Amino acid sequence: MKKPVFKQIDGNSINYWMLLALLGSFVLAAVGSHFYMEHGGHYVTGMNNQIVWGMPHVFAVFLIVAASGALNIASISSVFGKTAYKPLAPLSTLVALALLAGGLMVLVLDLGRPDRLIVAMTYYNFKSIFAWNMILYNGFFLIVGIYMWTMLQRNLNKYSKVAGMSAFIWRLALTTGTGSIFGFLVARQAYDAAIMAPMFVVMSFSFGLAIFLLIVIATYKWTDRPLGDAIFKRLKNLLGIFVAGVLYFVIAQHLTNLYATEHHGVEAFILRDGGIYTQLFWYGQIILGSLIPLAILYHPATANSRSAISVASIFIVLGGLAQMYVIIIGGQAYPLELFPGKEVTSSFFDGMVNTYSPTIAETLLGLGGIAVALFMIAFAVKVLRFLPESLADEAVDPHHSK
Amino acid sequence: MSNSEQNTNEYRRKFLAQSAAVAGLAIAPGIILNQVAHAKSDSDKATSANRWGMLINTNKCASGCTDCVTACKTENAWGSVDGNTSSETHSSKEQQAQWIRKVTITDKQTGHVQSLPLMCQHCETAPCVDVCPTGASMKREDGIVQVDKHICIGCRYCMMACPYKARSFVHEKLELQKATAPRGIGTVESCNMCAHRVDKDQDPACVEACNKAEHGAMLFGDLKDANSAISRELKKHGGEQIRADLGLNTGVRYQGL
Amino acid sequence: MMSLRQFAKHLVVLVGLTALPVLSNAGELGPVPPKAKMKASEKTECVEPVGDMRKNHMEFLLHKRDETMREGVRTKTHSLAECIDCHVTPDKKGEFARYGDDKHFCSSCHNYAAVNVDCFDCHSDLPESASSKLRTLNQKNPHHKMTEGGKK
Repeated sequence: MKKPVFKQIDGNSINYWMLLALLGSFVLAAVGSHFYMEHGGHYVTGMNNQIVWGMPHVFAVFLIVAASGALNIASISSVFGKTAYKPLAPLSTLVALALLAGGLMVLVLDLGRPDRLIVAMTYYNFKSIFAWNMILYNGFFLIVGIYMWTMLQRNLNKYSKVAGMSAFIWRLALTTGTGSIFGFLVARQAYDAAIMAPMFVVMSFSFGLAIFLLIVIATYKWTDRPLGDAIFKRLKNLLGIFVAGVLYFVIAQHLTNLYATEHHGVEAFILRDGGIYTQLFWYGQIILGSLIPLAILYHPATANSRSAISVASIFIVLGGLAQMYVIIIGGQAYPLELFPGKEVTSSFFDGMVNTYSPTIAETLLGLGGIAVALFMIAFAVKVLRFLPESLADEAVDPHHSK
Repeated sequence: MSNSEQNTNEYRRKFLAQSAAVAGLAIAPGIILNQVAHAKSDSDKATSANRWGMLINTNKCASGCTDCVTACKTENAWGSVDGNTSSETHSSKEQQAQWIRKVTITDKQTGHVQSLPLMCQHCETAPCVDVCPTGASMKREDGIVQVDKHICIGCRYCMMACPYKARSFVHEKLELQKATAPRGIGTVESCNMCAHRVDKDQDPACVEACNKAEHGAMLFGDLKDANSAISRELKKHGGEQIRADLGLNTGVRYQGL
Repeated sequence: MMSLRQFAKHLVVLVGLTALPVLSNAGELGPVPPKAKMKASEKTECVEPVGDMRKNHMEFLLHKRDETMREGVRTKTHSLAECIDCHVTPDKKGEFARYGDDKHFCSSCHNYAAVNVDCFDCHSDLPESASSKLRTLNQKNPHHKMTEGGKK
C-alpha cells in the first residue's frame, strides 16, 4: 500500500473562517454562561437539590463517552493491525482528545467551586470512582497525546503499536469508569447495575464512530479531497454493528429490570409513565437513535448514499444525547425508594417525581463543549498534518474488491 | 490509759476505718463514672471509642409537629422559621437547603399513616463518603458524617449517591452564617448531628427541642456505651434502619416503622 | 552620547514617575487595620507575636481548621471565630464593616495586598453577637440594610 500523504487543509476560504466564527461564538456563549452561573450561584440554573446533575452533565458525559469511542479507528489500525484504517488513525486521536477536552470543560465549569479544581487534582479519595476518573481523564490526554506523537513524527512510528495498545487499554478503563459513576450508585433505582459499565463502553463505540464519520465526511467534502467507497463502507458497517450492540445492551438492561418486581416502578416510569423521559426513550433513543439508523445503514436503497449515512450518523448522535438525558436526568427524576410499598410526602419533595426545566444558560454551557471540541479539530487540521490528502480507494487499499 | 479504754479506742479506730472504707467504696463508682461521663474537654479529639447515634420513636412523633426541624433551622441558620425569609433569598423551593425534614408515610395496603423526621443517617459505610472525589465528604472517628467544605468542589456526586437525599447544595451567596455552622455557596451540606454541640457534651438541637417539648420521640447517645440510654433502649425494644437492605449500618435508628 | 543636561532631565522624569504613586498615598504607606477589642495578654498584643501572626496567620488557621473540623478539637487557640470576635469591632455608630470593605479587619490588609480569601464564603465575618442580631432583623425584613459600604 502506498504510504498515505498527510497534508494540512488550506483553511483560507471564507467558509472556513465562518465555521470558526460560528463555533467560537458558541464557545463564548458557554464561557458567558459559566460566569453567569458562578457569579450568583447555581440558583440561576434549573438544577436543584432533587435534580443535581442537569443539561451540562448530559452533554459532558456524552462527549466524554464519545471521546473514548472516537479513538476506536486508531486502535483498530494499531492494535488489531487493520491497515486500511491507518490513514485515519491520527485524525482519530485528534477527535478523541478534542471531544474529551470539550466534555471536561463543561464538567469543570459546572462545579460549585471551579476555583478549587486544583484541590480536585491534589486531594484524592481512592475509593471514589470519580477520583479514579480524574486520573483516567488526565492519563488519557497524556497517553493519547503520546500515541498521536508517535504517528505524526516519522522516526517514532515504530512505537505507535505499543502506544496504541496502551491507549486502547486505557480508554476501556476510562469508559468503564465513566459507566461506573452511575453503576456504583446503590441509592437510585435507575442505577446500581453492573451492566452500566459495559453498556457505556459499547455506547462509546457507537457515538464516537458516528461523530468521527460525520467529521470525516464533512472535512473531505469541504476540502474537495477524495473519500473512496472502500474506507467509507468499512466505517459504515462498523457503525451499524456498534449501534446494534448498544441496542442489545439496552434491551438486556430493561428486560432484566422488568423481571424483578423491585424495579417495576422505575421501569414503568421510564418505559410508560415518565412523560418527557418516556418520549425521549422511545422516540429519541430507540427509534431515532437506533432503529432508523440501522435501517438506513443496511437497507440497500440507502446503504450507499453518503447523505443518507450522514443523516443516520446525526440521528445516532441525537439518540445518544436522548439516552444520556434519560439515564442522567430520568434517573434522578424518579424518587428514591425510602419506604417500599408506602406513599411518601415531605417538604423536601420525597416520594414524588422531580421536575427539571433546563435554563438557556446551562444548555449553552453544554453546547459550548461540543463547540470547543469541533473548534479544536477544525483548527488542528489547519496547522498540523492530520488529514490524508486522499482517501480514494487506491490510496487506502489497492487490493480492495469492488 | 486503762485496758478497757485502750480497747474502746482500738474499737473506735477500727470502726472509723471501716466506715471510711465503706463510704469510699460507695462514692468511688460515682466519681469514676462522673469522670467517664464528662470525658470530652475542648482539647480532646473525637475518638472511635464513641459512636454517636440517634433513636427515633415514630409512635411518639406527631404528624403536624416540626419542633425538631425548627430547632435545626435556628441552630444552624438555614431555611425559614415562622414564615420569615430564608437566608437563601434567590433559590427556588426545590433549591433551598433542608438538613432535616418531616416525612409522612402512608401504607398503601393498610392506610396506616406515620410521621418521622429524616436527616443524614450517619451511616457506618456511607455511600457519600465513598464517592467523594476529594475526600471532603468524611466520617469522623466518632461516626459523625459531615462535609469538609474547605475541600468541597461542589460536584454534587455525594448528593447522587445518598440513599436518603440527606444532602443539600448551596445555590447562592450566603451571609450572616452562624459561627458554629459555616455554610457557603457552591458547597454541599447536611446534618452533622450538631457536632459542635456533641463536642461540648450536649444533645443535637433537634433532640433537645423534642425533649424540651416533652414529646420524647428522639434519643441521642453513644452507641458504643452499653450503659447509655440509647443502647439500653435499643437492646430492649430494638430499632430499625431505613433502607436496611443496603447494609449501611446507620447511626440513626427508628422504632415503629 | 548624552549631555549632562539631557541626563538630568531623564533623571527628574524617572524619579518623578516612581515617586508619584508613593506621594499620592501620602501618609499611608501600608494598610491600616482597625484596632482589636482588647489585647490578648499583657505581654503580647495578639495571641502570637504580631510579626509572627502577620506572616503566618494562614498557617495557624489552616492547621486549626483541620483539627476542629476533622478531629473535633474546639480549643480557642487560633480559632477563626475567636479572631473575628476580637478583631471585628463596631465603629463609633455601632455598625460593623463587612468583609470586602477596607474598614473590615481582614479586608484592610487583604484588599491592600490584593489577596483573595474564600473563608467568608462560608464563615461569618462578624462576631456571633452581631450576626445573630442582624440575622433576626434580616428575617423580618429581607431588604434591611446591614451596613454601609459592605460588599462581598
